[in-house]
This record gives sequence, C-alpha cells and structure tokens, in this order.
Amino acid sequence: MIDKRVASLREAVMDIPHGASVMIGGFGSSGIPLGLIEALRQQRAGDLTIISNNAGVGEEGIASLLRDGLVRKIVCSFPRSAGSIWFEKRFEEGAVELELVPQGTLSERIRIAGAGIGGFLTPTGYGTKLAEGKETRVIDGKGYVLEMPLNADFALIKAEASDPWGNLVYDTAGRNFNPMMAMAAPLSIAEVKHIGQLGELDPERIVTPGIFIDRVVSQETIHVPT
Amino acid sequence: MFRLSSEDMARRVAEDIPDGSYVNLGIGMPTRVANFVADDKQVIYHSENGILGVGPAPKPGEENTNLINAGKQYVTLLPGGCYFDNAESFAMMRGGHLDIAVLGAFQVAENGDLANWATNEDRFPPAVGGAMDLAVGAKKLFVIMRHTTRENEPKILQRCTFPLTGMGVVSRIFTDLSVLDVTPEGLRVIELFGSNTFEEVQSLTEARLLPPLNS
Repeated sequence: MIDKRVASLREAVMDIPHGASVMIGGFGSSGIPLGLIEALRQQRAGDLTIISNNAGVGEEGIASLLRDGLVRKIVCSFPRSAGSIWFEKRFEEGAVELELVPQGTLSERIRIAGAGIGGFLTPTGYGTKLAEGKETRVIDGKGYVLEMPLNADFALIKAEASDPWGNLVYDTAGRNFNPMMAMAAPLSIAEVKHIGQLGELDPERIVTPGIFIDRVVSQETIHVPT
Repeated sequence: MFRLSSEDMARRVAEDIPDGSYVNLGIGMPTRVANFVADDKQVIYHSENGILGVGPAPKPGEENTNLINAGKQYVTLLPGGCYFDNAESFAMMRGGHLDIAVLGAFQVAENGDLANWATNEDRFPPAVGGAMDLAVGAKKLFVIMRHTTRENEPKILQRCTFPLTGMGVVSRIFTDLSVLDVTPEGLRVIELFGSNTFEEVQSLTEARLLPPLNS
C-alpha cells in the first residue's frame, strides 16, 4: 500500500534538521511551495543551505527564512530582485554566504544529480569570473567548464495536483525548477492544491512521476497554525 | 549628434527579426522589442523559466501568478505555445535552438566579448540569471544599448573592463547612434542614424571601427 499523503504542512517538514540543505522550487512568484516554507520557518531549523533560483522578495517565502536568520548559505542564479530586501541585508551583514550559479548550470547540476551523472561540460561561463578555479576543456575549438552535480537533503516542491502515489501535474510555467529538484533529494516533499484519487490524473499529463516524491500535502486539507 | 529614442532603438532591432524566428528577449529594454515586430511576422518568444509562445500581458484581473516571464511580469500564452521545465528551457538556449537573443549590455568589445551582469564597483550583491547561457547558446546575439555611458564614455571597447558574460558571443550591436556588426575583420558600421557620420561615431567608440562597405 503506497500512500504518500501527510496530514499537515507541519508534519511534512518536521524532520528537516538544523544544518540541512534544502532545494526549493520556484521562479519569481511562480511555482513556490509557500506553505512548506512557512512550516519550515515555524519549525525553526537553522543553519540551512537553500538552493533556489531566487532569494525571495518581501516578507514571505525564502525572504522570511533569511529575515529570521535561519539561512547560512544560498545557492542561486538571481538573488537580487525588486524587493529582495532580506537577502540584501543579510548578505551585506556577511550573515549569509552566496554561491552564484548561471541559471542553466543551476538547473542542469540539479538534473544530473537526480540522474546519477557525475558532472558535465558546459560552454556557459567559460572565460568568466564564475568559472574561475574550475576545470576547463577545449573540444573542437570550443571552451567548456566542468560543472558538478548539486543535490540536497530535502526538496520542497510546488505542483498543481497529485495523487496518493505522488505523481505531479503542474500549472503553466509553475513547473520551472520543481521537476529537477524532485529528483535530486532523497526526501522530496510536494505541496499541491489538490490530491485526487489514484487514476484521476491523466498519465499523459504527469510531469513528475511519483517515484521522485516521498510526501504530498494538500492545501485543501491543511492549516498551518500560527 | 543624432540619437535615437529608446523606443526607436527597439523599433530598429525589431526590423532585423525575421518572420518565423524563435527569439528570447532579455529583461528591460530588450523586452520592448516585441512591441515593434510587424504584425505580418510570426515570431515565437521564449521565456527562460519555461515558456515558448509568450503572449502579451493579461487583462487586469486575469493574471496567473504562475504565468510570468523572465522579468517576473505577468504574461499570457499564445495558441500553439507550450510549457516545459527549466532544464529543458536552458537546453533550448545552450543547445543552439534559439535563432536570436536580444540582450542589454554594459560593455561590448571589438571581438564580440559581452559584459552585462556585473560592474567592478557593485553596490549590490551579484546576480547573473540566464545571461551567460543565452550569450553562449543563441545562434545570433543582438545587443541593444546606448552607444556611450551617461558621462559620454565609450561602451564599445577594445577589451571589456567589466566581468565578462561571454567571450566572442555578440553578433550585432544596436545603439542610439548606429548599427555595428562583429566580423572577423573587426567591428563594422552597417548603418548610421540621422545625420551621424562615421567619424562622429568613431570618436565616441574606443574600438577601431570599419566604415560601411558601400560608402
């Protein structure tokens, strides 16, 4: 009997410990597991390494983890956006370390970690500051940089709908980093709008097969106590 | 000197986007190019977060927070458009599947080196996003930028002094003064706007320019 449903956001992130590395899906306002992030914040695990494309804006999402001093390091491509005040403040204070990764290199490092590949050669960043100290190779006259896989202890995923097996479908551009992150952590937790019955999701529409997902939590049934 | 407005610069870039091309427009001024592409051309816009067939902004009240472009603005999807994940999106870029990318720049060098993500005196923490992937991957890379800085210092240089985004990646530069092509011989002026002369444009450019071929 496979049933990956958990009853609450709190329960879904309960075992994320101090010092954990956590991938968080999303791009700008799109496809972010805001409920899981809020539950993680309330759970108070600190010294976290966060891997995500952006560093959050305003007071919610990753910005709230930074504000509360729970983040030690952030790995992302574009930490600075209009309203990324908490990232900028913590970075200026030297309270958070930044590993800046070109966006396509970030998603591919995550993808290959989930796919069992040991590294890849990319032309992106060749001859730039972001390739300094990295191994390079010239193939057929073109320069490449060796990039390594990037995995994490946990992945927080946002999708539109799921079933008890953790199969996921997404809404529009909300998928962004979510499918790769689901593959790259031994424990992947998905927050969805709706969990249907087995067989309810059109198999042709499933983007993330349930094998990559360990827990699903629905916004319909859960409530985060504040 | 005759200087094009930002709007006319975007209009000029739009003229060079052929019917049927797959195009990625960078954040800011490049995004405005879409407003000036003629209606009789079918151009498919790519957004790095995972969209092909990006349409115009939605009507007020019809925004979907998941459906945004690279600049985090609300967009729509045109009929025939589709969604995909970020790794596939960057495979489109890096793999040379996009015909044209349009990016802004701080500096461009005569060999086509591009600097558009950081300066040497950043007051803010760095951010790079998809610029380096787009720079190496698009079949043609168009740069749209003012010919000089606000202080009238050249931005088209022999060598970039700011950190590079990519080496030898720029194909064509559209400025408010002229259009220039990066060629194996060097930077060639292919169009001068208004009454601008080659000598005037050269005087505001650090790199040595080649005159238009038909002059």
